[in-house]
Amino acid sequence: MVLKVSDLTIARGGIKVLEGVSFELESGGAIVLRGPNGIGKTTLLRTIAGLQPPLAGRVDADPDSLVYAGHSDGLKATLTVEENLMFWAQVFGKKEISQAIDSFELGRLVNRPAGLLSAGQKRRLGLARLLVTGRPVWILDEPTVSLDTDAVAMFASAVRAHLARGGSALIATHIDLGLPEAKVLEVGPFRARAAEIDDFDEAFL
Amino acid sequence: MRAGGGFGLGLAFFLIVVTLVPFGVGPQSELLARIASGILWLGALLACLLSLDRILALDWEDGSLDLLATAPLPMEAIVSIKALAHWLTTGLPLVLFAPVFGLLLSLPEPGYMPLVLSLLLGTPALSVIGTFGAALTVGLKRGGLLLSLLVLPLYVPTLIFGAEMARRGVEGLDITTPLLMLAGITCGTIALLPFASAAVLKVNLR
Repeated sequence: MVLKVSDLTIARGGIKVLEGVSFELESGGAIVLRGPNGIGKTTLLRTIAGLQPPLAGRVDADPDSLVYAGHSDGLKATLTVEENLMFWAQVFGKKEISQAIDSFELGRLVNRPAGLLSAGQKRRLGLARLLVTGRPVWILDEPTVSLDTDAVAMFASAVRAHLARGGSALIATHIDLGLPEAKVLEVGPFRARAAEIDDFDEAFL
Repeated sequence: MRAGGGFGLGLAFFLIVVTLVPFGVGPQSELLARIASGILWLGALLACLLSLDRILALDWEDGSLDLLATAPLPMEAIVSIKALAHWLTTGLPLVLFAPVFGLLLSLPEPGYMPLVLSLLLGTPALSVIGTFGAALTVGLKRGGLLLSLLVLPLYVPTLIFGAEMARRGVEGLDITTPLLMLAGITCGTIALLPFASAAVLKVNLR
């Protein structure tokens, strides 16, 4: 078990969004989070990644095993594809980027500034970043946004290769990734109940 | 630096402020010589301020700040490096070009060494304090103005002792006391503020 979430309660902007979330992620396993917009998938992932503290509950994971990829790719527009990947590899203390370039078919683009890439190419570069970090647990928020079907397949095979290496992935997504081995976790049932107002005055504050 | 507007901008702004002053106060060189050290320090301060909101805003916008926060680097190191980068692109050029600008304001001859020395000691503090301000306002829409309001009062001690040191240098007085005070302020901010910046940045990333 590489990630264990127990009885987690999280809030966004001071409003409780999810409570009592519990699941475990095994080494070599993947979990797909599903739920309607605004249910709190992003907040859940950010909490697990350690960007914000939970209201209650625990996240048990080695913080040095997690890598988070959010809605934006964190690319520097003026650096080339290769320089962007190299930067992130060095931040994570790695040097090897060729495998990431091959996995996401970025070979023809290595010397192009990231600012000139299309939205889908940027996303592919952002996902290639996961490979250069060398971290086992991927926490991905909507990884397939602006990807075409070929690129989604590319991503699915990258995830599958990652799982085969003993890594694991926690993915929030709306589309079918073509990963039958991934468990699906519906976030809907964990929606927080509206806070009960015990003080009459508080209702007007 | 390739992102543009980092390196030359502060320096060009400094140059413009310094060349505008004689138009404002008149061309008498005795008057200019008397106020030159103060003007140079004020100009350096404003030039520093100009580029502060770029320290963290771009990284916030493209999401790399989130990713850096989850990377193995400690946040304190990230903000320290950011402050260092700001100093290298803004503070250091100001220090190097200050003698030239001093010439424009007919700074008296004994004033050059103390002026350069005071800027060299003082500008790192400006960058570190500025990074703290940038961390406070990161993520705010049009936070640049608020940043200036927050940061300028914090610049006061550095300005007082820096300008005092430069002024004493011009008048040929002993500069040891303001030099020590200025160095102390700079060392203190470098030692303490990265922790504060990292803490507020973590809160702002929630």
